[in-house]
Amino acid sequence: MTQPFRLPTAGRLDAAGTVSFIFDGKPHTGLAGDTLASALLANGVHLVGRSFKYHRPRGILSAGAEEPNALVGIHRDPARKTPNVRATVQELYDGLAAVSQNRWPSLAFDVGALNDLGAPFFSAGFYYKTFMWPRAAWERLYEPVIRRAAGLGTAPDQPDPDRYSNRFAHCDVLVVGGGAAGLAAALAASEAGARVILADEQAEPGGSLRFEAGAVIDGMPGWEWAQRTAAQLAARDNVRLLTRTTGFGYYAQNMLGLVERLTDHLAAPHPEAPRERLWQVRAKRVVLATGAIERHMVFPDNDRPGIMLASAARTYLNHFGVAVGRRVAVYTADDSAYAAAIDLKKKGVEIAALVDLRPAPQGAHVEEARGLGIEVLAGHAVTGTEGRLRVRRIDVAPVNGGAPRQIEVDALVTSSGWTPAVHLFSQSRGKLAFNEATQRFLPGQYVQDAVSVGAGNGTTGLGEAVAEALQAGEKAAKEAGVSKARAKVPNLEAGSTERWSSGMAGAAPGAEAGKKAMAFVDFQNDVTAKDIRQAVQEGMRSIEHVKRFTTTGMATDQGKTSNLHALTIASEMLGKPIPEVGLTTFRPPYTPVTFGALVGHGRGALFEPTRRTPIHTWAEAHGAVFEDVGQWKRAWYFPSGGEDMHAAVARECRTVRQSAGIFDASTLGKIEVVGPDAARFMELMYTNPWQKLAVGRCRYGIMLREDGFIYDDGVVGRLAEDRFHVTTTTGGAPRVLHHMEDYLQTEFPDLKVWLTSTSEQWATIAVQGPKSRDIVAPLVEDIDLSDEAMPHMSVREGRVCGVPARLFRISFTGERGFEINVPADYGLSVWEAVWAEGGKHGACAYGTETMHVLRAEKGFIIVGQDTDGTVTPDDAGLGWAIGRKKKDFVGIRGLKRPDLTAPGRRQLVGLKTSDPKTVLEEGAQIVADPNQPVPMKMIGFVTSSYWSENCGRSIALALVENGSHRMGERLHVPMPDGAVEVEVVPTVFFDEKGERTNG
Amino acid sequence: MLLIHCPYCEEERPELEFRHAGEAHIARPENIAEISDEAFQRYFFIRANPKGVTFERWRHIHGCGRFFNAARDTVSDRFLMTYKAGEPKPDLGEAGGNQ
Amino acid sequence: MAETARRMSALEGRAYEGSGIALTPTAPASRLSLRAPEASLSALSKALGLTLPRKPKTTAADGGRAALWLGPDEWLIIDEKGADLAALCAKVSALHSAVDISHRNTAVLVAGARAEDVLGAGCPQDLSPARFPVGAASRTVFGKAEIVLWRTGEEAFRIECWRSFSDYVFSLLEKAAREA
Repeated sequence: MTQPFRLPTAGRLDAAGTVSFIFDGKPHTGLAGDTLASALLANGVHLVGRSFKYHRPRGILSAGAEEPNALVGIHRDPARKTPNVRATVQELYDGLAAVSQNRWPSLAFDVGALNDLGAPFFSAGFYYKTFMWPRAAWERLYEPVIRRAAGLGTAPDQPDPDRYSNRFAHCDVLVVGGGAAGLAAALAASEAGARVILADEQAEPGGSLRFEAGAVIDGMPGWEWAQRTAAQLAARDNVRLLTRTTGFGYYAQNMLGLVERLTDHLAAPHPEAPRERLWQVRAKRVVLATGAIERHMVFPDNDRPGIMLASAARTYLNHFGVAVGRRVAVYTADDSAYAAAIDLKKKGVEIAALVDLRPAPQGAHVEEARGLGIEVLAGHAVTGTEGRLRVRRIDVAPVNGGAPRQIEVDALVTSSGWTPAVHLFSQSRGKLAFNEATQRFLPGQYVQDAVSVGAGNGTTGLGEAVAEALQAGEKAAKEAGVSKARAKVPNLEAGSTERWSSGMAGAAPGAEAGKKAMAFVDFQNDVTAKDIRQAVQEGMRSIEHVKRFTTTGMATDQGKTSNLHALTIASEMLGKPIPEVGLTTFRPPYTPVTFGALVGHGRGALFEPTRRTPIHTWAEAHGAVFEDVGQWKRAWYFPSGGEDMHAAVARECRTVRQSAGIFDASTLGKIEVVGPDAARFMELMYTNPWQKLAVGRCRYGIMLREDGFIYDDGVVGRLAEDRFHVTTTTGGAPRVLHHMEDYLQTEFPDLKVWLTSTSEQWATIAVQGPKSRDIVAPLVEDIDLSDEAMPHMSVREGRVCGVPARLFRISFTGERGFEINVPADYGLSVWEAVWAEGGKHGACAYGTETMHVLRAEKGFIIVGQDTDGTVTPDDAGLGWAIGRKKKDFVGIRGLKRPDLTAPGRRQLVGLKTSDPKTVLEEGAQIVADPNQPVPMKMIGFVTSSYWSENCGRSIALALVENGSHRMGERLHVPMPDGAVEVEVVPTVFFDEKGERTNG
Repeated sequence: MLLIHCPYCEEERPELEFRHAGEAHIARPENIAEISDEAFQRYFFIRANPKGVTFERWRHIHGCGRFFNAARDTVSDRFLMTYKAGEPKPDLGEAGGNQ
Repeated sequence: MAETARRMSALEGRAYEGSGIALTPTAPASRLSLRAPEASLSALSKALGLTLPRKPKTTAADGGRAALWLGPDEWLIIDEKGADLAALCAKVSALHSAVDISHRNTAVLVAGARAEDVLGAGCPQDLSPARFPVGAASRTVFGKAEIVLWRTGEEAFRIECWRSFSDYVFSLLEKAAREA
């Protein structure tokens, strides 16, 4: 028979909606609307996992997000294997395949369970104490073995193929939790006109109305009211109802993180649908309606499959129509569990006994239970259980002594009371207050604009909770600045036959101090009452230390069911009241959040912007290999006819110096400096003098930080008295503009000058080489390109290929050269025209590698490669670029610092290897004597190193201590296969006299 | 993510639009080229980094582009106020108490 | 004489239309980054034929030309008909800086009932009509790119971004648009 524990007369699921699923390879059926847990229970499957440390058989404890035990792997396909999924949260879909975790070879027979026999061994702090020595063995031996034996599920080993999404959202009132209180708050706030977001972690809102059979709101059963209200809210324009959405983090200034699960419940999700969506919600007011979490009883062997929370048993019965057993006992220390016995009994489940720790429970619920023929054993305790893979017997004894009695059962449901879910309140930095009367922590002092309502605020009666929530919702709307004149805030009659009381926390009889019993406080981490006591005995005083020593309250469930038990036991041992022992800190996330959700859209092509120049498509079509420079893709070299990189770069280098080369320099940063004080501002920002630079002329500028070190460089052209075209390094563009704005706005605000980024306004095409003028000339209108009219280092505005252009006569190669700037959308077309002209002269296209080699042949530095933030202009051989008569510029004082003027600083020099074929490694260290003992004294390092086709040998630039005084000296570069001998030479390797710029 | 009131945009905007820019009210000496090593050290390297109220610069870099100043409590991470660049350091009285 | 260069937009051929959302790259427009002190505003407004807005997050638009307040001394001027805006400002002697950025920026129109939602995939600002009404404009971020966002209608926005960021911006918009 399938689903033997499904009751035809109970629950809300449609019996016709049969769904097939597989657990540990075995096929089962469930119903649409089931969770994996409810479907397993319908099939009588309680054993679903093995515990973390002792590998003890474990079942399903809860019916919600607090589940510590029932963690399974969900395997959709080879790439979609999600570990540690709570079976109580995972919705069933047709074809779902789940596997149990932390067992080998099988769930029923697990070798790791040997740990259980050695349990006296594995007490608190066991790992810390045992595996200390020898130290090296930890990494090699102990840790790998322990990790394999313990632990939770296995991480997937393939890239995550799913999509994830992100939304920023804003609202007047965010309500977290869609139980009776949350729905009421959202109703009132939205009625008052507020923009409301209501988030609930379940597929259907309703919270505890899911199991509270006795709830009546607005004259209808609680669950029915919840569904109607949810539909009503969802239909409102000013409400966004998010189901399957967990509020997991409460951050500064009322920003909350919500994660919405969109496809994990679907058999065949749409391929473009995101699996999860992260909501970053900024709310003016937050209503926390997060409810309360039931605690289990802490008694010997309280962890067998079949032992679960009373409210969970009610949820499985009243919502899913599943009986958790045929002969069920109840063990409680509070009133609410009576309803579990009553509900089960009414549906025909035998109640073996109702064991109540309290000596004389009273009230209608007690009478009702007795009236139904349930044996209520007041003043009794469950002192032990039996059953290897499922509970089959419990030992019940009077608390005050007396003969114990054994009762046969197939399930035991327990409750020791309810812990308000104050996690988000606490994350908001609100201060919790301990309520002596009810022995629980409740929201105390608020730090952010939030309010707690309902069970999460300690308001346990349904009528009171709904009334409180209605009022809070309306008030939140008002405080958010919303005031609708004719708001009809509903007045809901709500009541319940449910009974709540404070219950107990800590160990029950049989698990007291001195007892060796395995009475679990924290199921997920296998922490017993004894472990907590031992931690205190061994000197842990703070609850934070107890937590770390025992691991109680850690891992995926973060101690939702266990923390108060652990705290109570610790406080008893310490002899201090609970508030003095304190709570551990609640940190986000409330429940586990996938990395995918946090990453959102930001992966693959959207990880960060990929910037391409207007000429990119041409380079691509012409076989360019690209390199990443910041976010830019730049053509690195253009191999042709099967060339490797070396051959391509050698050919490009030769061609540029023999005829010409064409280079896409569009990524250069460009800043337009405009205003009557433009030259004054330039004087302050760069070391060079600018006042006397003639209109139409260019200058190589160096920018320092205030500490005197080189920050950026570039060629600057003066377009008019009050207008400069400044270029920056490709990577430096944003920070240079920021640096300039900083000085302009905050140090020199009186200067009449403005800065505008024009990096992307202009496509920049460099044409370099002896034939460059011949190539450019036919494309240029109205600019005289003769050396007399347009000498090296000049700039003209005119037209190129019929479009407005800024033409620079500059050279980063040492050859005669031009840089054509045209509006970016014309860049590709102009490039093609230049390419066509270049073809007539044997020109090539070249990439950044050739650009680097050619400039190194000339000793031109690259800021960030030949400088590292500790290099002054003098160090780089650029002292000539400092305006010595200037009274001020950024860095002027830094340059005078004693260390910067001291002799022997590292200075930029050229290096020639004794063997011209040897190319040094960039970054390699330099020593004077290669035979000295290690560690050797390093006197510098190689900054740039290339094969120079034009020099017919290798060349390198290096920063070397006192380098400018070492010309001709032999130094050494130690490498793994021996030291390489080098000679210190000037930085210019090619055309030392600089004649070719006019050649 | 913080919300920061931009004194130029006259409203609170998300932190993602802003960039922090170090301690505020450290004026670049007018005669910087002449100051002593010690004065330069104080100006360029030494920062207060207080626990409590700090005055710092921010730039609404992805907004109006302006630098401005803020008083923020480094313990609570709360902004006490923001004000335009060039305005004097405000007297926060009680709020700025334990400096 | 060489052939006149052809113009090629960064978002050539890109477009997306889905339920409640349409993403459309705009036609080329002329754009100006205008910087000026308060004293120059009336002269510049006259030259441009529209009153430069002085209030944060506001715009002035008329006949295909618009001025977007970006900062206390900064406006983005857009002319959809391609007028030579720099030339108009060049006639003004009052202190200002006018820099042509027609090609630096490119733009995408985001229109439809889901426009606000799709923009919420990357823009952290509150875009509800109460806080970001029709006519509002602001520099902000969209994902990891800086943009200028301008609400041109109840369900219509114009996103301006730098040319090389447009692929990222469009791709992220499209990703969010396809989610529904």
